[in-house]
Amino acid sequence: MKYTEDDLKKELETKEYEYGFFTDIESDTFPVGLDEDVVRAISKRKEEPEWMTEWRLEAFRYWQTMEEPEWANVNYEKPDFQSISYYSAPTNKPKYGSLDEVDPELLDTFKKLGISIEEQKRLTGVAVDVVIDSVSVATSFKKSLNEMGIIFCSISEAIKEHPELVKKYIGTVVPPRDNFYAALNSAVFSDGSFCYIPKGVRCPMELSTYFRINQGGTGQFERTLLIADEGSYVSYLEGCTAPSRDENQLHAAVVELIAMDDAEIKYSTVQNWYPGNKEGKGGVFNFVTKRGICEKNAKISWTQVETGSAVTWKYPSCILKGDNSIGEFYSVAVTNNFQQADTGTKMIHVGKNTRSTIISKGISAGNSQNSYRGLVKIMPGADKARNFSECDSLLMGNKCGAHTFPYIEVKNKTAMVEHEATTSKIGEDQIFYCNQRGISTEKAIALIVNGFSKDVLNKLPMEFAVEAQKLLEISLEGSVG
Amino acid sequence: MKPETLNKKLIMSFKDKLLTSYIALEDYLEFDSPIHDVRNKAIKIFEEKGFPTKKEEAWKYTSLNKLLKQDYSIISNKENNVEWKKVRPYFLHEIDTYKIVFIDGVYSSFLSETTHDDVDVCLMSAALTKSKFKPVIETYFNKIAKKDGITSLNTAFTKDGAYINIPAHKEVQKPIEIINFSTGSEAAMFLQPRNLIVVGENAHVQIIERHQSLSENKVLTNSVTEIFAEKRAYVDYYKIQNDTDTSSLIDNTYISQEHQSICHVHTFAFGGDLVRNNLNFYQKGERCDSTLKGVTILEGNQHVDHNTLVHHTAPNCESHQDYKGIFAESSTGVFNGKILVDKIAQKIDAFQQNNNILIDDKATINAKPQLEIFADDVKCSHGCTIGQFDEDALFYLRSRGIGVKESQALLMYAFANTVLESVKIPELKMRINKLIANKIGVSLGFEL
Repeated sequence: MKYTEDDLKKELETKEYEYGFFTDIESDTFPVGLDEDVVRAISKRKEEPEWMTEWRLEAFRYWQTMEEPEWANVNYEKPDFQSISYYSAPTNKPKYGSLDEVDPELLDTFKKLGISIEEQKRLTGVAVDVVIDSVSVATSFKKSLNEMGIIFCSISEAIKEHPELVKKYIGTVVPPRDNFYAALNSAVFSDGSFCYIPKGVRCPMELSTYFRINQGGTGQFERTLLIADEGSYVSYLEGCTAPSRDENQLHAAVVELIAMDDAEIKYSTVQNWYPGNKEGKGGVFNFVTKRGICEKNAKISWTQVETGSAVTWKYPSCILKGDNSIGEFYSVAVTNNFQQADTGTKMIHVGKNTRSTIISKGISAGNSQNSYRGLVKIMPGADKARNFSECDSLLMGNKCGAHTFPYIEVKNKTAMVEHEATTSKIGEDQIFYCNQRGISTEKAIALIVNGFSKDVLNKLPMEFAVEAQKLLEISLEGSVG
Repeated sequence: MKPETLNKKLIMSFKDKLLTSYIALEDYLEFDSPIHDVRNKAIKIFEEKGFPTKKEEAWKYTSLNKLLKQDYSIISNKENNVEWKKVRPYFLHEIDTYKIVFIDGVYSSFLSETTHDDVDVCLMSAALTKSKFKPVIETYFNKIAKKDGITSLNTAFTKDGAYINIPAHKEVQKPIEIINFSTGSEAAMFLQPRNLIVVGENAHVQIIERHQSLSENKVLTNSVTEIFAEKRAYVDYYKIQNDTDTSSLIDNTYISQEHQSICHVHTFAFGGDLVRNNLNFYQKGERCDSTLKGVTILEGNQHVDHNTLVHHTAPNCESHQDYKGIFAESSTGVFNGKILVDKIAQKIDAFQQNNNILIDDKATINAKPQLEIFADDVKCSHGCTIGQFDEDALFYLRSRGIGVKESQALLMYAFANTVLESVKIPELKMRINKLIANKIGVSLGFEL
């Protein structure tokens, strides 16, 4: 029998989220609700020094005076911040010497996710700092990184062992008062990654961290701080998948990147959190603040593939403070069913001869809404600043929407800013061409979408690029008919 | 008192003054009750919403605070006469035109040339009171104007303006000029002209609109124009904004287009202190064609904000936008263009282009070209650039003995030419060329 598109549509509608499972690890979870005592308790539980507790409290007090922003082009039921548990950590938490000691159930989770640690270690040479429900469980390759002076650990460990670095840099790029979710994160962040690359060191491997939301009803508040000292280089990967849950889960992470003179940071994300079922029920709220600051001749490059989450609201940004610094943003955002994404970037040109490139590809299918929102700002002192932006949208079906909201503010006459945006659909002639050559419509669409996103996928590190291509295919299956 | 609170107070007092004057105006004007209802509703909307602030997304880059602090006189009934000689340069006197002229908001029969032969080119105040215009007023008046604070303020104070009604299958033989003069009889004047233009099936019309202050006294104009283009109608509209540095303009234009109608709006913004253009197109029938073009050349402390909207609600339509801006000294330019495509509006071809050149260090440009698309089978694109004169092109011209200023002027003309070339009245095109030459202070010695 012929396998028709209708069959596929049916199959996909009934198909459950592939990575939707729930690992039964005994979690040490706080009761729901948020007040100063909870913030203090989180800080105490993590054995944090006094200054950190104060820092959290200050952020919390400010957060209480703030209102949840509403300007984004997304609709969702606002989370009730008093019904979230702000801390959840696996209870069996010894510091493992080897993988054998790790809770086998946990290892099983990783296997299902396809990130078996042994495999990662042996085959890819990736050091994985696995984050499961906010607490770093295993840190691999730490030793070999240590020899080069690279610090790569969980942020709670860093607060204890390298307080001088954390104290100096935390909140310098994303101040606790920056926005509503950044303030909330600053008050209650549970864990995250910390990375320091010393002067002139080229990190020999791709550093990587995997996030996943496990315990039902727990908010996830990651905090990442990445410092690349003068002349260093690091490539950092972040990948996510979350299990199927009915109630909406909130994820409000903060990522801060600091690239000192001549340093280069490459930050790649593949985000595939649970997007909700086909009626738009459930799914993760992804409200993330990501920002990097570039000193002289430094370069920060953000690459992201966004396929998951019910509501995505994120703008990885670059402050090009130093002369000759470079900011890049490459993004593919795919929305299907009832997903909503409002994502883009901010490029703030402060230094002279600064350059930025923005390539954003939005693909919307089903009943989804996909928005690009970006800011390019050239300050008066940014002589000869250069920006190139390209935002392309692809629409599949007539129930979805694609939106572009670029903001361009130029205060310098020597600036060169270019912005272009297009919206189109997959051409019938393109599909016909593929069909003619024996490629089924579904495969043809995957092929065309891959071609459409090639500019961005090419920027991903090898192992991510393969995964990302597969993700695109999975996300869009059955969306055309 | 803190300056901020003082500002707030002054703005509040202007709002209060408007609200009080409204009551006085209502006692004085004799309009039909339906119009009264419209106005009463409008003043309530204004009372509730007030003037837009920078907190509103559409007004992010333009603040009215500076303007609203003035103590404007709101209603003027005096008929102030001006000499023809003095105002002649502001008319397109090379050719014969219909003219609807207002001086300080009051109709000047002396300077105007209206008609009722076949087509109605006359006054809003007449249309609102005479019963023979009633059906038209009832069908069209205040039907597409947005119900925001600033437009509602104008609706509430509807007193006079141009009324143009072109019946089906008529072609207006000569262009129509709508000119609003202000003489400076008051220290600060607030004007609110209200125009209604109905273009019937197959009818053709060309309109030129201008606001001109004749003194150094402050003027703030809040103008609303509603244009209805019926089936296959053709509307060619030109806005010349070359006012003095003491006058400001908020121009709200709403255009509704039916099946296969064609509508072009050209905006030439060279003058004024603060100019805000809200240009809204609503395409209601299939195969409409909308063109929005503009040239902006600014200097000093001028601020011009182009806020455009093209709302495609029917399939198979086209829209073209092309805005060029040249900004010198500490001028500020804003371009906020939006293309909205509804779900049912398939096979739309929408294009938007915005190019800007910054000449001096203190000049600023804020651009926000937006696309909001809900239909899948469309071709929508926008491009926005900000740059400088091409050094090589400048060098090329200079190496052939052309001075710096002249070379720059030539390049400016070339830059603005895509907009200028589509001006369909030759005399007007020449006039605009001269305005540009004056503005950049060079004479190229030949016509372009």
